[in-house]
Amino acid sequence: MRITPWHQTNWDARAACNFIGGGGGCGLLIFAALATTSSAEYRMAASIALVLIAAGLCCVLAEIGRPLRALNVFLHPQTSWMTREAMVAPFLFTAGAIATWAGGGLFANVAAMLALIYLYCQARMLAAAKGIPAWREPAVIPLMIITGLTEGAGLTALLATLSGTASQWLTGVLLATLILRRIAWKMYSEALNKKGAPKKSLAVLERFSGPYSNYGQSLPEMLIVAALFFPAEYVWLIPLAGAAAAFSGWALKFTIVARAAYNQGFALPVLPVRGQGQPMPGVKPGWTK
Amino acid sequence: MTRFIMTADLRRCIGCQTCTAACRQANATPVGVQWRQVLDIESGEFPDVRRSFVPVGCQHCGEPPCMHVCPTTATYQRDDGLVEVDYEKCIGCGYCAVACPYQARHITHRALFAYGTPMASESARFDARRLSVATKCTFCMDRVDAAKENGMTPGVDPEVTPACVNSCIAGVLSFGDKEDPQSNVSKLLDETQHFRMHEELGTDPGFYYIWDKK
Repeated sequence: MRITPWHQTNWDARAACNFIGGGGGCGLLIFAALATTSSAEYRMAASIALVLIAAGLCCVLAEIGRPLRALNVFLHPQTSWMTREAMVAPFLFTAGAIATWAGGGLFANVAAMLALIYLYCQARMLAAAKGIPAWREPAVIPLMIITGLTEGAGLTALLATLSGTASQWLTGVLLATLILRRIAWKMYSEALNKKGAPKKSLAVLERFSGPYSNYGQSLPEMLIVAALFFPAEYVWLIPLAGAAAAFSGWALKFTIVARAAYNQGFALPVLPVRGQGQPMPGVKPGWTK
Repeated sequence: MTRFIMTADLRRCIGCQTCTAACRQANATPVGVQWRQVLDIESGEFPDVRRSFVPVGCQHCGEPPCMHVCPTTATYQRDDGLVEVDYEKCIGCGYCAVACPYQARHITHRALFAYGTPMASESARFDARRLSVATKCTFCMDRVDAAKENGMTPGVDPEVTPACVNSCIAGVLSFGDKEDPQSNVSKLLDETQHFRMHEELGTDPGFYYIWDKK
């Protein structure tokens, strides 16, 4: 029987894909409503967004043990964030489908609002998993939300630039979300280190942190700044920055959900008196503190 | 109100795993699934070393995170404090398993038998309802329920006491109603110093570990 935290085996890459597809799709749906300039552009962005969210949900369906009972997921809205996420989904898809058909308009704003709620539910869902220290840290909530928004801004910037409609405003928003994600990641990492976490979880996050900071944060930030100084190169700098922002967000979520998910393990606050001995200080194997 | 809890006197446990075997026998859990486990923890540095044996499993928490996250209400809490799973409602999403800080939940997706093909006893006790859903220690719920019908007391009468408690050769495990000041567990807790594992997570676990006299 293991004592130190070990990697949980119940949520694997399929669960991570729900957060990847859901977060990226919701972010894209939000920024599609805010930043697209034509019906055709909105239709393309919203369609991709809905496909991403649906793909995430299909991954969940592929993971659950009893998919034929999937409708039972709606039974516990009182406390379960998974139920709440599931309850938002049909409204999100309905509003998104109508908005896509209409090419924007009122339903685009409704879909964007629902996407924000869906994104929030996903973030809370992860934080409610008390058995996984890397997930239950409250700082994971702003991190997951801002990561979804950054992916959305990145994908929107990518699509808008490719269709020749990118605006300075959208580029500025992408830069702002990247900066906010940098702050959220720093707060999350510092909180885990401060409160203590399984050593293996921290090792995974530490290994990820370097490449992520370089290629997921600094690179898109520098590409955006470079685009300001070299407007002629805008057409490839911004799509590249958008793609880097989106892919790094997906990598971040995959790392947290599928790779850093070490469980609580076991701990004794005090060691028992045995025979004529004395009690001894407790043990918490495999933890930093 | 009733709150059934379990206590483990860590001063007594010798790590014989009889409780583990008794649980598997009583509940017919599949290969690799042990609802009652005993940790063997080595600590300290030579020459001052310790070995502690710690029974673990579902803590039947007062604030069970598994129940709060369950999207189907398959995990529920009874009036007597027992946290149980309705196998017919569970969708096997595993959310409860990642929400449990005690690693007490198990999901097996295919039938597993000791020697590949099932023995007669395994076939007789195989329960297909448990496949691909969350399972865990029930505190031998069927026995506890039987107490109401025949006027016996869980934790006192072996017929209505969890199998692990009955089997313990060292008197480590006790079971009873914490809300009853005259129960065996209430008296034990009054006389001893004890802790609950991961109590700081706010789960209000129903499993008390005794580590010294008062």
